[in-house]
Amino acid sequence: MLHTVNKSPYEKNSLETCLGLSLDGSDILLIEDGVYGAIAGGKASAMLLEAMKTRQVYALGPDLAARGIDPGRLVDGITVVDYGGFVELAARNDRVQAWL
Amino acid sequence: MSEIKKFMYINRRAPYGSIYALEGLEVVLIGAAFDQDCCMAFVGDGVFQLVRGQDSTQTGMKNFSPAYKALGDYDVNRLYVERESLAERGLSEDDLMELTWEDEDDDWAEKPSIRVVSREELARLMEEQDVLLNF
Repeated sequence: MLHTVNKSPYEKNSLETCLGLSLDGSDILLIEDGVYGAIAGGKASAMLLEAMKTRQVYALGPDLAARGIDPGRLVDGITVVDYGGFVELAARNDRVQAWL
Repeated sequence: MSEIKKFMYINRRAPYGSIYALEGLEVVLIGAAFDQDCCMAFVGDGVFQLVRGQDSTQTGMKNFSPAYKALGDYDVNRLYVERESLAERGLSEDDLMELTWEDEDDDWAEKPSIRVVSREELARLMEEQDVLLNF
């Protein structure tokens, strides 16, 4: 399953809940304000590193760029994708769950 | 006409502070009216939606908690509540409303709709669905 998270982890618990309820092998894509969680050293770093032992985590490049977040500042292991990559992730997974 | 899909409505917000809970409930009833296979999950603050004894009279807001009791009549008879979310909030199953449905295959026996499940069980249930909608 592909999980998208569009809320900042500083405002909502969407990312934490998503990580708690996603199975091994899931794809997790941070979009919109969700990309704030991808910054290394931030609140969500540790849980993302833990999640990436069994799951893939992605961040949407255009949303990073819009917010002035340099891809070099992300937690190690997070893959940046463009809109085409988003489509590919949605197509590759049989289902998508949007964590709001 | 069309195939029946398995829908899970995931409720993650408390009932009166925002419109999510009420709107989510409306959408569930719409899905059920279209004869889809609907179940609900209550996670995080969503578990507060099912707490018994809600009385919003003094706030001027509508108390929509009785509407959950109608879910069984719409064949929405699986309400999964995450055990960890209850525990984190100092709640237990005894704090929740008694919600039941009548099983027509079992001489209309009344059966409980609420099923308290672990986070891990809920994660697996999510994988069994065709469509997942968060509120």
